[in-house]
Amino acid sequence: MPAIVVEGLERSFGEVLAVQGIDLRVEEGEIYGFLGPNGAGKTTTVRMLTTLLLPTGGRAGVAGFDVVAEARQVRASIGVALQEAALDPLMTGRELIRLQATLQGLPTAAGRKRADELLDRVDLSYAADRRVGGYSGGMKRRLDLAAALVHEPRVLFLDEPTTGLDPVSRKTIWEEVQALNDDGTTVFLTTQYLEEADQLADNVGIIDRGLIVAEGTPEELKGEVGNPHIELTVGEGAVPEAERVVAELGKLRPRKGDGKVLLEVENGAGDIPRVVRALDDAGIAVESLELVRPTLDDVFVEKTGHHLEGEGGQEGEPAGEEPAAA
Amino acid sequence: MSDLRTGARVVGALGARSIRQTFRRPQLISPIVVFPTLLLAIQTGGAGAGIELPGFPPVQSFLQFMLAGSMMQSMMLAGNSGGIAFAVDIEMGFTDRLFASPIPRFAIVLGRLAGTAALGLFASLWFLAIGLIFGAHIEGGIPGALLAIALITTSAIAVGGIGAAIALRTGSASVVQGLFPLVLVVLFLSSAFFPQELMVEPAKTIAEYNPFSFIVEGVREPIISGIDATQTLEAVAAIAGIILLGLGLSASALRHRLRTG
Repeated sequence: MPAIVVEGLERSFGEVLAVQGIDLRVEEGEIYGFLGPNGAGKTTTVRMLTTLLLPTGGRAGVAGFDVVAEARQVRASIGVALQEAALDPLMTGRELIRLQATLQGLPTAAGRKRADELLDRVDLSYAADRRVGGYSGGMKRRLDLAAALVHEPRVLFLDEPTTGLDPVSRKTIWEEVQALNDDGTTVFLTTQYLEEADQLADNVGIIDRGLIVAEGTPEELKGEVGNPHIELTVGEGAVPEAERVVAELGKLRPRKGDGKVLLEVENGAGDIPRVVRALDDAGIAVESLELVRPTLDDVFVEKTGHHLEGEGGQEGEPAGEEPAAA
Repeated sequence: MSDLRTGARVVGALGARSIRQTFRRPQLISPIVVFPTLLLAIQTGGAGAGIELPGFPPVQSFLQFMLAGSMMQSMMLAGNSGGIAFAVDIEMGFTDRLFASPIPRFAIVLGRLAGTAALGLFASLWFLAIGLIFGAHIEGGIPGALLAIALITTSAIAVGGIGAAIALRTGSASVVQGLFPLVLVVLFLSSAFFPQELMVEPAKTIAEYNPFSFIVEGVREPIISGIDATQTLEAVAAIAGIILLGLGLSASALRHRLRTG
């Protein structure tokens, strides 16, 4: 049974259709990366899947339960770490995890034991009795993740878990997510970072302006936008001659300047020796050479016509009248 | 574990959190304790001779008369503080954590009210202690004191329900905080700080129908003369009415918030 099934899911806010009838399917044990710029509809989708927001159209099932008709069963099956770690700065880390254990229906003794285990797991035992307000951003995210794991959920929703974190904290979160997935937890991860989706996700859905524009494994998606290319630095004056020499070995890409030649090749690294040999035979010195593979940003540009990173405003639901209650 | 037992545990845990939150945030606890205590000190020091006025109910001292009003003021500010804290939870997304948990969602409101009730209990004990330390008699004895405590504690649930409803509806701590002056207006237009018999119109008529006058008289009577069944019942009826209003408004605001996300 798939962990998440979404069919024609919609959410409007007044006149604005924030999520425009999306379909997706996440299998058990998978990490699904939901990639998109700010304002694309990622958080709105997560809020519907976690029963925090009613859809205005379509349907969605999580862990085998309908998010509207069986919302409570959905909530018992999922762990949620939302975009802005929803932590009370006046509570201590230990108090928060124990409260979460109570909310998930764990008996008191079991909840205390689980809190200690989880604080240890996310390396926060040393700060467990300090107030959360004094935690760093990375500590808050780890605590939020620990809270989401209290009841060993089947499906874990992580909404931009590393946004704003330094590289070391980001890597720690990635390792923890990977470890959870290795233990069998299905992870639905929203992100605006290409590298995050590329590193972690088994499958990626790319959402833009409320629509899923591409879906597949990172490799499949990158394969759709073309072959890797070799980036050769030969010096400004040698570019025309170098392009003439290598043109028959692949497909030339438009010049970027700075003495570079860009050549799209079919066999990736396998084509490098003959390119270098051809240039050597022509007496053209190669200052540097790099094999560049397509990125998810290339996929995003191909599908939407604009780049993923560094765009968009703050994501959030537009203001407007509420839809009818379900 | 039954749903009811789980719900009770959740309400208890959320209530305990809201009490901790209040005591750890000075701006929430100071209006409940400091402001009413100062007002009590100023009024008893400056207007103590008021008990000599013709028509003033027979009391041992002005402090004895004022205790019920101070308890009411503290309790109402506790309800207001509870509403502010709830709105802060909404603003910072903490309520999303609660809404995403497999608990009856109204337990979230009840948890907040349990915390407010505990603050009402604290307020009543605080002012009874002050009264006793500074020589006020509790004419109704221990049963009278317990009745006053019970009425203030349940009143806190009533007022807290209205604070919670406003917090849920607006999701804005500043809006709830803006109701602070209204709390004082409602109190000063009741018999909390002055006998109804000595008021002038239209304040007298307003106080006569103000439900908080019924509550304050129900609290005051066991302190200044002894338990009176009629006044107790009137106070209970007023509290019940406000509780129903507060819970009804809270339920409606909660539904609205869950629809709009």
